[in-house]
Amino acid sequence: MDVIQYRKDFPLLVKTGNIYLDNAATSQRPQCVLDAETEFYERHNANPLRGFYPLAVEATDAYEKAREVAADFIHAKLPGEIIFTRNTTESINLVAYSYGLSHVKAGDEILVSVMEHHSNLLPWQMVARNTGATLKFMECKPDGSLDLAEVEALITEKTKIVAITQVSNVLGRVNPVKEIAEMVHRKGAVILVDGAQSTPHMEVDVQELSCDFFAFSGHKLLGPMGIGVLYGRQELLEEMPPFLSGGEMIESVTRESAVYAEVPHKFEAGTVNAAGAVGLAAAMEYIKKIGFADMQKQEHLLTAHVLEEMERMPHVHIVGDKNAENHTGIVTFTIEDVHPHDVSEILSNDGICVRAGHHCAQPLLKHLGIGSATRASFMFYNTLEEADRLIESVSTIRERMGYGR
Amino acid sequence: MEGNRFYNEILTEHNIHPEFKHDLPDADIVLEGINPSCGDDIFLKLKVENGVITDGAFVGDGCAISQASADIMLGMIIGKTKEEALHIGEIFSKMIKGTATEEEIESLEEAGALQDISHMPARVKCAVLGWRTLKEALGENGQSTGA
Repeated sequence: MDVIQYRKDFPLLVKTGNIYLDNAATSQRPQCVLDAETEFYERHNANPLRGFYPLAVEATDAYEKAREVAADFIHAKLPGEIIFTRNTTESINLVAYSYGLSHVKAGDEILVSVMEHHSNLLPWQMVARNTGATLKFMECKPDGSLDLAEVEALITEKTKIVAITQVSNVLGRVNPVKEIAEMVHRKGAVILVDGAQSTPHMEVDVQELSCDFFAFSGHKLLGPMGIGVLYGRQELLEEMPPFLSGGEMIESVTRESAVYAEVPHKFEAGTVNAAGAVGLAAAMEYIKKIGFADMQKQEHLLTAHVLEEMERMPHVHIVGDKNAENHTGIVTFTIEDVHPHDVSEILSNDGICVRAGHHCAQPLLKHLGIGSATRASFMFYNTLEEADRLIESVSTIRERMGYGR
Repeated sequence: MEGNRFYNEILTEHNIHPEFKHDLPDADIVLEGINPSCGDDIFLKLKVENGVITDGAFVGDGCAISQASADIMLGMIIGKTKEEALHIGEIFSKMIKGTATEEEIESLEEAGALQDISHMPARVKCAVLGWRTLKEALGENGQSTGA
């Protein structure tokens, strides 16, 4: 694959000299995504789902077409199983407030993994607190792997909801969500999968994974900020109460009550982010055109290279597995005696953008015995030269902080 | 490389070999200071007699900037009266805001090594952590527990 050619699709990469290695936080967007958003506003803008004049119909069509593209992208059975939200966090909160609060009772159990991003932990803490349910944790080994026998033992008759990320934003390891989903269903519970880190890097088939809910963000997969997706199985969505209420989610309203619109509009209260949805659809089409196989090849090449070089640096420690296959482009590391914020400060002085801190996964870092860490995360548009610049900088940090190499 | 200029020898030396990073069992003022953005967490310990800071130390964890800044601060305020210490803190704060005069920065001695922080908004909280904690410690808390 021709990385240099693809980079030209990304204005920010062309116009700025940044070595952008913070893709797990948010990706960059290709011109076609920016154009799709602009075109919506320049040619098709009206408030979708309402209005009978042609322009409003065009806006509605563009929005609903985006829903079809999103359904196809994750292989949902029906476009109506796609709810547009702002981001993964909102998608998970929707399920927690709507499904969680109406299905979980005192004495029930909610199961999450210790590696969850705070956005897939705090909503479940809220449900547990409000219902009197117990929140339980699947622990992971230092390499990020889960013991499936242990997981199975944690899923009981009391378990109502299991929430787990498909790929950890710190470790980058792919969790066996399909196997876990089977265990969850045998006990009659439902499973929510956080796909924020998986959808930008691998083909996802929600039916094959047999998950009940699947949440992800547009901005991590080359789409605009402020648009995200919640996939939910139709039967579940139909019987769930609305999350937010107001305009555009009703059939009829009287002074005292309302009849809600059908799924998915029941869950999309207020004027929707149609331009964002259109931009996200453009991002999905762009990704499909390149293909995950080629994207993964480049991401793997860079990850393996960086892991191999860092492995040789005696004071640098990789968080998670040794094998690049188990990193999904994410390399989280620590440098002995140097605080991650100083690491990222020095890297940023060298023009390299990385993330430092607890990565919104404090329980995981505590579990791994780390206070905070630095994370470099790759996308297919990153080059081997950029990876080398990272390696070069990291190799000099201890010396620049006054320690011998 | 540019990174070298900011993490100068004064800063790295105070970070690696801090003079005042140790416990102070007979401290009469102990106050925790936290910088949630970096996760810096220190306990400032002071011994105050007749309005004079006779001894001081800190323990805790954090980035090089927070640790070095606290260490430099303690070197400057021990032996000073509370008022003098607070005055030095004010000059330091002016330097970080970029409003201190040349002479004022000169008067800060080694703390002047942190001057460039004024161009690094993300790290200001790290640099001022010790100083902010000192101000709090010598404020209301200092009045009630000090000698």
